[in-house]
Amino acid sequence: METLEQIKNRAELAARGAKIDIVVNPGPSQQSSLLIDPGHAIAVATLLRDHPALSFDFCSNVTGVDWLDRVVKKTAKVKQVVDGVEKEVDQTTEEKIPGYLEAVYHLYSIKLKHGPLIIRMRTANRAEGVRLPSLTPVWRSAELQEREIFDLYGIQFDGHPDLRRILMWDEFKDHPMRKDYVQPDDFEWEPTPHDEVLDRAKQHYPPRPQVDGAEQITSHSDVATPNK
Amino acid sequence: MSATVETIEAMERPPVTMSSRLDGELLEVSMGPQHPSTHGVFRMNVALEGEIVRKLKPVFGYLHRNHEQIGENTTYLGSMPYTDRLDYFCSMTNNWAYALSVEKLAGIEVPERAEYLRVILAELTRLQNHASLLGFLLSDMGAWGTPLMYAFREREKILDLFESLSGSRMMCDYMRFGGCRVDASDEWLAAAKQIVDRFPKFLDEFEALILQNEIVIARTQNVGKLSPELAISAGITGPMLRACGVNYDIRKVDRYGIYPRFKFRVPLGDHGDTYDRLMMRALEMRESVEILKQALPQIPAGPIVNPKVKVRAFRPPAGEAYGRIEAPKGELGFYLISDGGPNPYRYRVRPPSFINLTILEDLCLGHVVADVMVILGSIDIVMGEVDR
Repeated sequence: METLEQIKNRAELAARGAKIDIVVNPGPSQQSSLLIDPGHAIAVATLLRDHPALSFDFCSNVTGVDWLDRVVKKTAKVKQVVDGVEKEVDQTTEEKIPGYLEAVYHLYSIKLKHGPLIIRMRTANRAEGVRLPSLTPVWRSAELQEREIFDLYGIQFDGHPDLRRILMWDEFKDHPMRKDYVQPDDFEWEPTPHDEVLDRAKQHYPPRPQVDGAEQITSHSDVATPNK
Repeated sequence: MSATVETIEAMERPPVTMSSRLDGELLEVSMGPQHPSTHGVFRMNVALEGEIVRKLKPVFGYLHRNHEQIGENTTYLGSMPYTDRLDYFCSMTNNWAYALSVEKLAGIEVPERAEYLRVILAELTRLQNHASLLGFLLSDMGAWGTPLMYAFREREKILDLFESLSGSRMMCDYMRFGGCRVDASDEWLAAAKQIVDRFPKFLDEFEALILQNEIVIARTQNVGKLSPELAISAGITGPMLRACGVNYDIRKVDRYGIYPRFKFRVPLGDHGDTYDRLMMRALEMRESVEILKQALPQIPAGPIVNPKVKVRAFRPPAGEAYGRIEAPKGELGFYLISDGGPNPYRYRVRPPSFINLTILEDLCLGHVVADVMVILGSIDIVMGEVDR
């Protein structure tokens, strides 16, 4: 397989104006990836598939990743004059990186038997209804997997033939794989609540009204009675 | 290698005619989720013109439990037993795919004996998966009982092996990062060898019973044809891809584990129809037996797990990795992103049978509704993996 640099140069030459960055993977797996700007994604993807030296005809895995807003702290030695003496002082700068959603594609070539080439696209932010171009017209295997990303991460894929929820039901709101997803508080009544289940039972089911004093016969501390 | 026996001319399917249409209206039928031939809780919305399928939309999610999010909320090792529940027929290969991905992520070496054990268990898994798939497929076709019981008899022997090794028939939880959990004794290896040696006899019997059966040929040949171009574009993997004549076996391409040491062939189909997919399983079982016959006597003594791997406080360095293996159903991959913490930041399963369902509608269009069951059966799905 050609190196990522070569593929990047080839793609930037073929698709005019395409901006491609190499995302370096610091881990031992040595699987670095290409970050493709969404505007030229279809052109670049078609080139990757059709170019005889690349022919990435098989898109194996398509998935989403959610990156929250984060703050990267960098420490740098800075020369500063303290009490008239020049000293080296550690200065931390904080860089705020706004969050984004990412779609990651793992490509292989069945013809030339090489791979993986990893390409990724990023949305501008994490708002509702963020958009990316769909690569289903290029690789059919993205069809169900992009639907899954739409369902679980909420990325709208422009040009997808049938973008509906796939694993969650159609009426479901929210996107459960996002990192800030909060589970619904769907507590069910239990006959013998205890510990934290008892606390939740008390929140969800108000104590029964005291009708004839029968509730006072036992005075278990665990029983949710109105007098407690 | 040709997978198709000679087509008997009289058995060629008559062209589907529209004589059975009901005043031109499409009838929409919901097949499943509670239907024995949908292999679990899978549903298809089918638009029928008479008996002919004009449109088919699969409906997923009845078994969805957000496996991936549960994986992100637990430690790396904590997900290992949960991968058993993906494709619950093939827990050994699920374990291996996950262990392989984590080993790529953290840069872990695996000792030789463990590699041998992994190959042996993965090929045994392939044997029992393919055998039971053939049984299920025939059951879907109406051959109730006998073929499935024949297949399950063999499957049970292999599951007994799994139980005596790992303590569980199906939820084995056997692999660990950098090796395996328990060692196989010499008695176990002898028992495995005996089962492997007797397996071809079952295959001979099974093939004589079904693969040249007139009804099986009539129901499967020229049904659900898949072209190699569409198969590659739609990401079809495993026996289903090779039934179209595409030579792509990850054991040969990625050369993961110690597969390059074994001599085996990759069966390929000619027509990409249901019969070729069925035949592919039968032929692959023979090759798996070949691999096992080579691996069982060669297995060296030695440690079964890399002692440098931490069990507690296992934190791979920041980075990402995608590891994949040739599972019985196709390419099973795990995509992991580590941020240096004890839990994966992103834990993604690439389920083969889910992606193989992409072209279900293309396969079924124009066929009668009874063929839908046969086509679906030949794709080999397990809902635990499809819905995750």
